[in-house]
Amino acid sequence: MSMGLLRLLRGNKASSAPVARERLQILLAHERGLRGQPDLLGVLREEILAVVSRHVTLDPTKVIVRLERGDEVSTLEVDIEVPNDFERKKAAVA
Amino acid sequence: MAKVLVVTSGKGGVGKTTTTAALGAALAQRGDKVVVVDFDVGLRNLDLVMGAERRVVFDLINVVQGVAKLPQALIKDKRLENLWLLPASQTRDKDALTEEGVGKVIADLRSRFDWVICDSPAGIERGASMAMRFADEAVIVTNPEVSSVRDSDRIIGMLDSKTVRAEKGERVEKHILITRYDPSRAARGEMLTIDDILEILATPLLGIIPESQDVLRASNVGTPVTLSNAEGAPARAYIDAARRLCGETVAMQVPAERKGFMDRLLRRRAA
Repeated sequence: MSMGLLRLLRGNKASSAPVARERLQILLAHERGLRGQPDLLGVLREEILAVVSRHVTLDPTKVIVRLERGDEVSTLEVDIEVPNDFERKKAAVA
Repeated sequence: MAKVLVVTSGKGGVGKTTTTAALGAALAQRGDKVVVVDFDVGLRNLDLVMGAERRVVFDLINVVQGVAKLPQALIKDKRLENLWLLPASQTRDKDALTEEGVGKVIADLRSRFDWVICDSPAGIERGASMAMRFADEAVIVTNPEVSSVRDSDRIIGMLDSKTVRAEKGERVEKHILITRYDPSRAARGEMLTIDDILEILATPLLGIIPESQDVLRASNVGTPVTLSNAEGAPARAYIDAARRLCGETVAMQVPAERKGFMDRLLRRRAA
Protein backbone atom coordinates (compact mmCIF):
# COMPACT_ATOMS: atom_id res chain seq x y z
CA MET A 1 0.00 0.00 0.00
CA SER A 2 2.62 2.50 1.10
CA MET A 3 4.92 1.31 -1.68
CA GLY A 4 2.18 1.86 -4.21
CA LEU A 5 1.48 5.30 -2.83
CA LEU A 6 5.16 6.16 -2.92
CA ARG A 7 5.46 5.07 -6.51
CA LEU A 8 2.38 7.09 -7.40
CA LEU A 9 3.82 10.20 -5.78
CA ARG A 10 7.15 9.78 -7.49
CA GLY A 11 5.39 9.08 -10.76
CA ASN A 12 7.82 6.22 -11.21
CA LYS A 13 6.14 3.58 -13.31
CA ALA A 14 8.77 0.88 -12.98
CA SER A 15 7.32 -1.57 -15.46
CA SER A 16 8.49 -5.09 -14.79
CA ALA A 17 7.12 -6.71 -17.95
CA PRO A 18 10.24 -6.02 -20.08
CA VAL A 19 12.37 -7.68 -17.39
CA ALA A 20 10.07 -10.69 -17.45
CA ARG A 21 10.33 -10.94 -21.23
CA GLU A 22 14.11 -10.76 -21.22
CA ARG A 23 14.53 -13.33 -18.45
CA LEU A 24 12.17 -15.71 -20.22
CA GLN A 25 13.91 -15.34 -23.57
CA ILE A 26 17.30 -16.18 -22.08
CA LEU A 27 16.00 -19.07 -19.99
CA LEU A 28 13.98 -20.66 -22.77
CA ALA A 29 16.81 -20.40 -25.29
CA HIS A 30 18.88 -22.43 -22.84
CA GLU A 31 16.13 -24.95 -22.01
CA ARG A 32 15.22 -25.55 -25.64
CA GLY A 33 18.85 -26.41 -26.35
CA LEU A 34 18.84 -29.10 -23.66
CA ARG A 35 15.56 -30.62 -24.79
CA GLY A 36 15.70 -33.99 -26.49
CA GLN A 37 19.30 -34.59 -25.45
CA PRO A 38 20.05 -37.67 -23.38
CA ASP A 39 20.73 -37.04 -19.72
CA LEU A 40 24.44 -36.15 -20.07
CA LEU A 41 25.32 -36.50 -16.39
CA GLY A 42 23.52 -39.82 -16.13
CA VAL A 43 25.44 -41.22 -19.11
CA LEU A 44 28.77 -39.89 -17.82
CA ARG A 45 28.17 -41.38 -14.40
CA GLU A 46 27.35 -44.83 -15.82
CA GLU A 47 30.41 -44.90 -18.09
CA ILE A 48 32.85 -43.60 -15.46
CA LEU A 49 31.49 -46.16 -13.02
CA ALA A 50 31.97 -48.95 -15.57
CA VAL A 51 35.60 -47.98 -16.30
CA VAL A 52 36.65 -47.56 -12.67
CA SER A 53 34.94 -50.70 -11.44
CA ARG A 54 36.97 -52.71 -13.94
CA HIS A 55 39.94 -52.06 -11.64
CA VAL A 56 38.50 -51.17 -8.26
CA THR A 57 35.55 -52.58 -6.35
CA LEU A 58 33.20 -49.68 -5.81
CA ASP A 59 29.97 -48.89 -4.14
CA PRO A 60 27.92 -47.50 -7.06
CA THR A 61 26.06 -45.13 -4.73
CA LYS A 62 29.38 -43.48 -3.76
CA VAL A 63 30.03 -42.12 -7.25
CA ILE A 64 28.95 -38.50 -7.61
CA VAL A 65 29.18 -36.62 -10.91
CA ARG A 66 28.47 -32.92 -10.77
CA LEU A 67 28.50 -30.28 -13.48
CA GLU A 68 28.91 -26.67 -12.43
CA ARG A 69 28.07 -24.06 -15.04
CA GLY A 70 30.08 -20.87 -15.07
CA ASP A 71 30.03 -17.87 -17.36
CA GLU A 72 33.35 -18.64 -19.04
CA VAL A 73 33.94 -22.31 -18.28
CA SER A 74 32.06 -25.11 -16.64
CA THR A 75 33.63 -27.69 -14.36
CA LEU A 76 32.90 -31.37 -14.24
CA GLU A 77 33.48 -32.79 -10.79
CA VAL A 78 33.73 -36.54 -10.29
CA ASP A 79 33.78 -37.73 -6.73
CA ILE A 80 34.44 -41.44 -6.28
CA GLU A 81 34.78 -42.95 -2.86
CA VAL A 82 37.22 -45.86 -2.85
CA PRO A 83 37.03 -48.27 0.10
CA ASN A 84 40.10 -48.17 2.39
CA ASP A 85 40.76 -51.87 2.25
CA PHE A 86 41.31 -51.60 -1.51
CA GLU A 87 45.15 -51.73 -1.24
CA ARG A 88 45.02 -54.66 1.16
CA LYS A 89 42.65 -56.57 -1.08
CA LYS A 90 44.99 -55.95 -4.02
CA ALA A 91 47.93 -57.24 -2.01
CA ALA A 92 46.01 -60.35 -0.99
CA VAL A 93 45.19 -61.14 -4.60
CA ALA A 94 48.81 -60.67 -5.67
CA MET B 1 -14.22 -35.92 -39.49
CA ALA B 2 -13.76 -36.01 -35.70
CA LYS B 3 -11.12 -33.88 -34.09
CA VAL B 4 -9.31 -34.64 -30.85
CA LEU B 5 -8.37 -31.45 -29.04
CA VAL B 6 -6.25 -31.37 -25.88
CA VAL B 7 -6.52 -28.44 -23.47
CA THR B 8 -3.18 -28.30 -21.70
CA SER B 9 -0.74 -25.93 -19.97
CA GLY B 10 1.86 -27.61 -17.78
CA LYS B 11 1.15 -25.17 -14.98
CA GLY B 12 -1.86 -25.64 -12.73
CA GLY B 13 -4.58 -23.13 -12.01
CA VAL B 14 -4.35 -21.29 -15.31
CA GLY B 15 -7.86 -22.23 -16.47
CA LYS B 16 -7.71 -25.55 -18.34
CA THR B 17 -10.94 -26.94 -16.92
CA THR B 18 -12.81 -23.66 -17.32
CA THR B 19 -11.57 -23.52 -20.91
CA THR B 20 -12.53 -27.13 -21.64
CA ALA B 21 -16.07 -26.53 -20.37
CA ALA B 22 -16.45 -23.17 -22.13
CA LEU B 23 -15.10 -24.30 -25.51
CA GLY B 24 -17.06 -27.56 -25.29
CA ALA B 25 -20.30 -25.70 -24.67
CA ALA B 26 -19.56 -23.09 -27.36
CA LEU B 27 -18.83 -25.79 -29.96
CA ALA B 28 -21.94 -27.75 -28.96
CA GLN B 29 -24.05 -24.61 -29.30
CA ARG B 30 -22.88 -24.31 -32.87
CA GLY B 31 -24.46 -27.71 -33.51
CA ASP B 32 -21.36 -29.92 -33.33
CA LYS B 33 -21.51 -33.08 -31.25
CA VAL B 34 -18.98 -32.64 -28.44
CA VAL B 35 -17.58 -34.75 -25.62
CA VAL B 36 -15.36 -33.28 -22.90
CA VAL B 37 -13.06 -35.85 -21.28
CA ASP B 38 -11.47 -35.35 -17.87
CA PHE B 39 -7.93 -36.81 -17.71
CA ASP B 40 -7.20 -35.54 -14.22
CA VAL B 41 -7.43 -38.97 -12.59
CA GLY B 42 -7.65 -38.70 -8.81
CA LEU B 43 -8.40 -34.97 -8.90
CA ARG B 44 -11.37 -34.72 -11.21
CA ASN B 45 -13.11 -31.37 -11.46
CA LEU B 46 -14.60 -31.09 -14.92
CA ASP B 47 -17.77 -32.77 -13.59
CA LEU B 48 -18.08 -30.01 -10.98
CA VAL B 49 -17.46 -27.16 -13.42
CA MET B 50 -20.01 -28.73 -15.78
CA GLY B 51 -22.55 -29.16 -12.96
CA ALA B 52 -22.72 -32.95 -13.38
CA GLU B 53 -20.96 -34.03 -10.18
CA ARG B 54 -23.98 -35.90 -8.85
CA ARG B 55 -24.57 -37.84 -12.02
CA VAL B 56 -21.21 -39.63 -12.24
CA VAL B 57 -21.63 -43.41 -12.18
CA PHE B 58 -18.81 -44.78 -14.32
CA ASP B 59 -15.63 -43.02 -15.42
CA LEU B 60 -12.78 -43.05 -17.93
CA ILE B 61 -10.78 -45.65 -15.98
CA ASN B 62 -13.80 -47.98 -15.82
CA VAL B 63 -14.06 -47.74 -19.61
CA VAL B 64 -10.28 -48.11 -20.15
CA GLN B 65 -10.32 -51.27 -18.01
CA GLY B 66 -13.46 -52.66 -19.61
CA VAL B 67 -15.53 -52.51 -16.40
CA ALA B 68 -18.10 -50.29 -18.11
CA LYS B 69 -19.08 -49.70 -21.72
CA LEU B 70 -18.48 -46.23 -23.11
CA PRO B 71 -22.20 -45.27 -23.41
CA GLN B 72 -22.69 -46.17 -19.73
CA ALA B 73 -19.99 -43.70 -18.65
CA LEU B 74 -21.00 -40.79 -20.90
CA ILE B 75 -23.08 -38.13 -19.14
CA LYS B 76 -25.38 -36.05 -21.30
CA ASP B 77 -25.47 -32.33 -20.52
CA LYS B 78 -28.84 -31.11 -19.21
CA ARG B 79 -28.67 -27.78 -21.05
CA LEU B 80 -27.20 -28.66 -24.43
CA GLU B 81 -28.42 -31.51 -26.62
CA ASN B 82 -25.00 -32.08 -28.24
CA LEU B 83 -22.74 -31.94 -25.20
CA TRP B 84 -21.45 -34.95 -23.24
CA LEU B 85 -19.00 -35.52 -20.42
CA LEU B 86 -16.68 -38.46 -19.75
CA PRO B 87 -15.55 -37.97 -16.13
CA ALA B 88 -12.25 -39.01 -14.59
CA SER B 89 -11.99 -41.43 -11.72
CA GLN B 90 -11.70 -39.87 -8.28
CA THR B 91 -10.44 -42.95 -6.48
CA ARG B 92 -7.97 -44.56 -8.85
CA ASP B 93 -4.53 -43.24 -9.72
CA LYS B 94 -3.18 -42.13 -13.07
CA ASP B 95 -1.18 -45.33 -13.60
CA ALA B 96 -4.47 -46.96 -14.54
CA LEU B 97 -4.33 -44.98 -17.80
CA THR B 98 -2.63 -47.38 -20.19
CA GLU B 99 -1.73 -46.10 -23.62
CA GLU B 100 -3.51 -48.99 -25.31
CA GLY B 101 -6.66 -48.51 -23.23
CA VAL B 102 -6.79 -44.75 -23.74
CA GLY B 103 -6.16 -45.21 -27.48
CA LYS B 104 -9.17 -47.51 -27.76
CA VAL B 105 -11.45 -45.12 -25.87
CA ILE B 106 -10.33 -42.16 -28.01
CA ALA B 107 -10.90 -44.16 -31.21
CA ASP B 108 -14.39 -45.07 -30.00
CA LEU B 109 -15.14 -41.43 -29.10
CA ARG B 110 -13.92 -40.31 -32.54
CA SER B 111 -16.60 -42.47 -34.17
CA ARG B 112 -19.36 -40.92 -32.04
CA PHE B 113 -18.48 -37.23 -31.82
CA ASP B 114 -17.29 -34.25 -33.92
CA TRP B 115 -15.05 -32.97 -31.13
CA VAL B 116 -13.27 -34.92 -28.41
CA ILE B 117 -11.89 -32.34 -25.96
CA CYS B 118 -9.37 -33.73 -23.48
CA ASP B 119 -8.91 -31.73 -20.27
CA SER B 120 -5.30 -32.37 -19.25
CA PRO B 121 -4.12 -32.42 -15.65
CA ALA B 122 -1.32 -30.03 -14.69
CA GLY B 123 2.25 -31.28 -14.82
CA ILE B 124 4.08 -33.38 -17.38
CA GLU B 125 3.43 -36.80 -15.89
CA ARG B 126 1.39 -39.71 -17.18
CA GLY B 127 -2.04 -38.04 -17.01
CA ALA B 128 -0.84 -35.06 -19.03
CA SER B 129 1.03 -37.15 -21.57
CA MET B 130 -1.98 -39.46 -22.05
CA ALA B 131 -4.31 -36.47 -22.52
CA MET B 132 -2.15 -35.14 -25.38
CA ARG B 133 -1.04 -38.50 -26.81
CA PHE B 134 -3.77 -38.86 -29.46
CA ALA B 135 -4.50 -35.16 -30.08
CA ASP B 136 -4.90 -33.60 -33.51
CA GLU B 137 -4.96 -30.08 -32.09
CA ALA B 138 -3.92 -28.45 -28.84
CA VAL B 139 -5.04 -25.40 -26.93
CA ILE B 140 -2.22 -24.25 -24.66
CA VAL B 141 -3.74 -22.20 -21.86
CA THR B 142 -1.28 -19.52 -20.75
CA ASN B 143 -1.42 -16.73 -18.18
CA PRO B 144 0.60 -13.56 -18.83
CA GLU B 145 3.13 -14.52 -16.21
CA VAL B 146 6.68 -15.96 -16.41
CA SER B 147 6.12 -19.38 -14.84
CA SER B 148 3.08 -20.08 -16.98
CA VAL B 149 4.89 -19.08 -20.19
CA ARG B 150 7.87 -21.24 -19.31
CA ASP B 151 5.64 -24.26 -18.66
CA SER B 152 3.74 -23.63 -21.89
CA ASP B 153 7.04 -23.72 -23.75
CA ARG B 154 7.83 -27.07 -22.19
CA ILE B 155 4.39 -28.43 -23.12
CA ILE B 156 4.83 -27.20 -26.71
CA GLY B 157 8.06 -29.22 -26.79
CA MET B 158 6.15 -32.32 -25.66
CA LEU B 159 3.37 -31.77 -28.22
CA ASP B 160 6.07 -31.67 -30.91
CA SER B 161 7.77 -34.88 -29.79
CA LYS B 162 5.64 -37.12 -27.57
CA THR B 163 2.33 -37.30 -29.45
CA VAL B 164 1.28 -40.01 -31.91
CA ARG B 165 1.13 -37.36 -34.64
CA ALA B 166 4.65 -36.12 -33.87
CA GLU B 167 6.00 -39.66 -33.95
CA LYS B 168 4.44 -40.17 -37.38
CA GLY B 169 6.13 -37.00 -38.61
CA GLU B 170 2.87 -35.05 -38.61
CA ARG B 171 2.03 -31.89 -36.72
CA VAL B 172 -0.30 -31.28 -33.83
CA GLU B 173 -1.94 -27.96 -34.62
CA LYS B 174 -1.23 -25.70 -31.65
CA HIS B 175 -3.04 -22.60 -30.40
CA ILE B 176 -2.25 -20.29 -27.51
CA LEU B 177 -5.19 -19.18 -25.40
CA ILE B 178 -4.27 -16.37 -23.02
CA THR B 179 -6.46 -16.37 -19.93
CA ARG B 180 -6.75 -14.13 -16.88
CA TYR B 181 -5.63 -11.18 -18.95
CA ASP B 182 -5.87 -7.95 -16.97
CA PRO B 183 -5.87 -4.96 -19.34
CA SER B 184 -5.19 -2.37 -16.64
CA ARG B 185 -2.13 -4.23 -15.37
CA ALA B 186 -0.95 -4.73 -18.95
CA ALA B 187 -1.30 -0.99 -19.57
CA ARG B 188 0.84 -0.28 -16.52
CA GLY B 189 3.58 -2.55 -17.83
CA GLU B 190 3.18 -5.02 -14.98
CA MET B 191 2.20 -7.96 -17.13
CA LEU B 192 3.79 -9.65 -20.12
CA THR B 193 2.09 -8.31 -23.23
CA ILE B 194 0.25 -10.47 -25.75
CA ASP B 195 3.00 -9.77 -28.28
CA ASP B 196 5.71 -10.81 -25.80
CA ILE B 197 3.98 -14.14 -25.15
CA LEU B 198 3.35 -14.91 -28.81
CA GLU B 199 6.88 -13.97 -29.77
CA ILE B 200 8.41 -16.14 -27.06
CA LEU B 201 6.19 -19.16 -27.70
CA ALA B 202 6.12 -18.71 -31.52
CA THR B 203 2.63 -20.17 -31.68
CA PRO B 204 -0.55 -18.58 -33.11
CA LEU B 205 -3.13 -17.01 -30.83
CA LEU B 206 -6.60 -18.51 -30.45
CA GLY B 207 -8.06 -15.90 -28.13
CA ILE B 208 -7.63 -13.67 -25.10
CA ILE B 209 -9.89 -14.27 -22.11
CA PRO B 210 -10.05 -11.30 -19.75
CA GLU B 211 -9.83 -11.75 -15.98
CA SER B 212 -13.44 -11.63 -14.84
CA GLN B 213 -15.80 -12.40 -11.98
CA ASP B 214 -17.96 -14.22 -14.54
CA VAL B 215 -15.53 -17.15 -14.58
CA LEU B 216 -15.65 -17.74 -10.83
CA ARG B 217 -19.41 -17.26 -10.79
CA ALA B 218 -19.82 -19.83 -13.57
CA SER B 219 -17.81 -22.49 -11.76
CA ASN B 220 -19.66 -21.71 -8.51
CA VAL B 221 -22.95 -22.66 -10.10
CA GLY B 222 -21.56 -25.44 -12.31
CA THR B 223 -22.30 -23.91 -15.69
CA PRO B 224 -19.80 -23.31 -18.51
CA VAL B 225 -19.11 -19.57 -18.63
CA THR B 226 -20.35 -19.39 -22.22
CA LEU B 227 -23.81 -20.42 -20.97
CA SER B 228 -23.98 -18.71 -17.58
CA ASN B 229 -23.43 -15.19 -18.93
CA ALA B 230 -23.28 -15.42 -22.70
CA GLU B 231 -23.08 -11.64 -23.08
CA GLY B 232 -20.11 -11.24 -20.73
CA ALA B 233 -16.60 -10.52 -21.99
CA PRO B 234 -15.12 -13.97 -21.19
CA ALA B 235 -18.05 -15.79 -22.80
CA ARG B 236 -17.76 -13.72 -25.97
CA ALA B 237 -14.02 -14.34 -26.08
CA TYR B 238 -14.55 -18.12 -25.71
CA ILE B 239 -17.30 -18.14 -28.36
CA ASP B 240 -14.94 -16.33 -30.76
CA ALA B 241 -12.19 -18.83 -29.94
CA ALA B 242 -14.56 -21.71 -30.72
CA ARG B 243 -15.39 -20.11 -34.07
CA ARG B 244 -11.67 -19.84 -34.87
CA LEU B 245 -11.24 -23.54 -34.02
CA CYS B 246 -13.89 -24.24 -36.65
CA GLY B 247 -11.82 -22.36 -39.21
CA GLU B 248 -13.74 -19.08 -39.21
CA THR B 249 -11.85 -15.81 -39.42
CA VAL B 250 -12.88 -13.68 -36.46
CA ALA B 251 -11.21 -10.37 -35.62
CA MET B 252 -9.20 -10.63 -32.38
CA GLN B 253 -10.60 -8.54 -29.52
CA VAL B 254 -7.91 -7.39 -27.13
CA PRO B 255 -9.68 -6.69 -23.83
CA ALA B 256 -9.52 -2.96 -23.16
CA GLU B 257 -9.04 -1.23 -19.85
CA ARG B 258 -12.39 -0.68 -18.23
CA LYS B 259 -12.54 2.95 -17.20
CA GLY B 260 -14.16 3.90 -13.96
CA PHE B 261 -16.79 6.57 -13.67
CA MET B 262 -14.28 9.25 -12.67
CA ASP B 263 -11.94 8.43 -15.57
CA ARG B 264 -14.76 8.77 -18.03
CA LEU B 265 -15.92 12.02 -16.50
CA LEU B 266 -12.43 13.48 -16.59
CA ARG B 267 -11.81 12.31 -20.12
CA ARG B 268 -15.09 13.82 -21.34
CA ARG B 269 -14.20 17.12 -19.70
CA ALA B 270 -10.77 17.09 -21.24
CA ALA B 271 -12.05 16.32 -24.73
